[in-house]
Amino acid sequence: MPKFCLGIEATADDFSVGILDFNGNVLANVISAFIPKMGGIHPREAARHHGKVVGQVISTAFQEAHVKPEKLALISFSQGPGLGPCLRTGATAARALATYLDIPLVGVNHCVAHIEIGKLATGAKDPVTLYVSGGNTIVSAFEARYYRVFGETLDIAVGNCLDIFAREAGLHQRAGMPLGAIVEKLAEEGNELVDLPYCVKGMDLSFSGLLTAAIRLFEVRQYRLEDLCFSMQEIAFSMLTEVTERALAHTEKREVLLTGGVGANKRLQAMLRTIADEHDSRFCVVPKQYALDNGAMIAWTGILAYEHGKIIPVEKSFVRLKWRLDEVEAPWVGG
Amino acid sequence: MLIKKGAEANLFLERWHNKKVIMKQRFPKKYRLPEIDERIRNYRTIHESQLLHHAKEAGVSTPMIFLVNLKDSNIIMEFIEGKQVKQILNKLSFKERKHLCRQIGELIGQLHYSGVIHGDLTTSNMILTRNGNVVFVDFGLGEKSVELELRGVDLHLMKRAFQSTHFLHAEECFKAVLEGYAKVVGDEMTRVISRKIIEIESRGRYISERRKVNNDLSSKG
Repeated sequence: MPKFCLGIEATADDFSVGILDFNGNVLANVISAFIPKMGGIHPREAARHHGKVVGQVISTAFQEAHVKPEKLALISFSQGPGLGPCLRTGATAARALATYLDIPLVGVNHCVAHIEIGKLATGAKDPVTLYVSGGNTIVSAFEARYYRVFGETLDIAVGNCLDIFAREAGLHQRAGMPLGAIVEKLAEEGNELVDLPYCVKGMDLSFSGLLTAAIRLFEVRQYRLEDLCFSMQEIAFSMLTEVTERALAHTEKREVLLTGGVGANKRLQAMLRTIADEHDSRFCVVPKQYALDNGAMIAWTGILAYEHGKIIPVEKSFVRLKWRLDEVEAPWVGG
Repeated sequence: MLIKKGAEANLFLERWHNKKVIMKQRFPKKYRLPEIDERIRNYRTIHESQLLHHAKEAGVSTPMIFLVNLKDSNIIMEFIEGKQVKQILNKLSFKERKHLCRQIGELIGQLHYSGVIHGDLTTSNMILTRNGNVVFVDFGLGEKSVELELRGVDLHLMKRAFQSTHFLHAEECFKAVLEGYAKVVGDEMTRVISRKIIEIESRGRYISERRKVNNDLSSKG
């Protein structure tokens, strides 16, 4: 009898449900994105969106996977880090399902899940991982039971930096076209490098100065938006590549994994591939459908944790808004 | 002969005028635009040589510089015989480790006291020589500054290096570093810096103490 896990992801603007079998085959991965009419993600409005679509997304996932609810062995959900109201909406759905079906519940760390799905999809075994998204910018590698953080942003995430700039520049997100993708497209039309601050501190990074400088330059209206997008990407991605290379040189691992939403950017991929090649390491990039927040990664990490006995009782399944990557013991990782 | 392929530069062990020397070569990085690349390599080559000198004035041992070649972005400097602190720290006894970390803390204190920020304080960038001297290398990310913020980030990087590479001893090591640091800059200054480190860390993502720290800071004005 094959066993299945259903995973619920709801840390920020995406509500997603994935269903996997225990061998790691993705049978369904349904994503419903909350697109704000204006501004960034308002946690309460995003949560309202999630509450509205939860039933529909779950039943679509069951249909796509051709799995009946009774066949599930396990429910997993993103327990943190993320926006409180969104996390609670996802957690509520997960608890209800687990209780109704009377099967175990597993709480998954969202950052770990991004790494695990990257490893599953690319076959990477022990990579230096650059995890870049709207909420996170982390360079990590596994050492003795934990994913260690070698470097991270000291202020805002790189995706956040690009998103805020795009909004300030009057760009709007559309279905299937996140702000980062719009910036990437504009950047392809840019060719003149505008001077912006490059800020690397050891293996840590800072993007807030870059963001402020870019917004100011946009406001004086002397530069083409295309050139500003191009320059922001070049500077920000050079910073990311530099710290990833530093972690690679430091850990001497043989694989580089790029994961998270910003990982879908072709320019960033090209830069990282260059350093991986230089250090005789294999470059792995998470496929697009698993780059953004998705339920499949939560289901898969749930399976890994479950197989090591990491289930949680419903009454202890509180969400953890600020749960760090390096706080999660990961006994399923070999080595 | 290439002895270390770093992220930023490659180190070659060469003979130069009958001396064993290190040539630190910042090669062009193909991943970044030539404009960005040149700016960074030039800036770092100049600053690194200046800071190696300032560090000596502060009483911290650093390699002797023999030649700075801006055109090719390389620096020829003294080869330091010894072991990277990274390689030996975990193997020491508790007492030896504490002693070494205090010594490192004192040296960081001397740098900061003289307005030098190292910029990449990791145990890979410290070499323990046979006579027990610690030599600091790789000032490529450093700068001259007396700003509290930069000193705080510098020490935060040291702490992070312990947490990622010497996780079993991270806490005791960093505590000893601060003890050594206090011997140079004084207890009061060390308290101020320690608070700054907490503040810097609380700006990061997902720090459970963030709210508490912010309250503490605002209540203290």
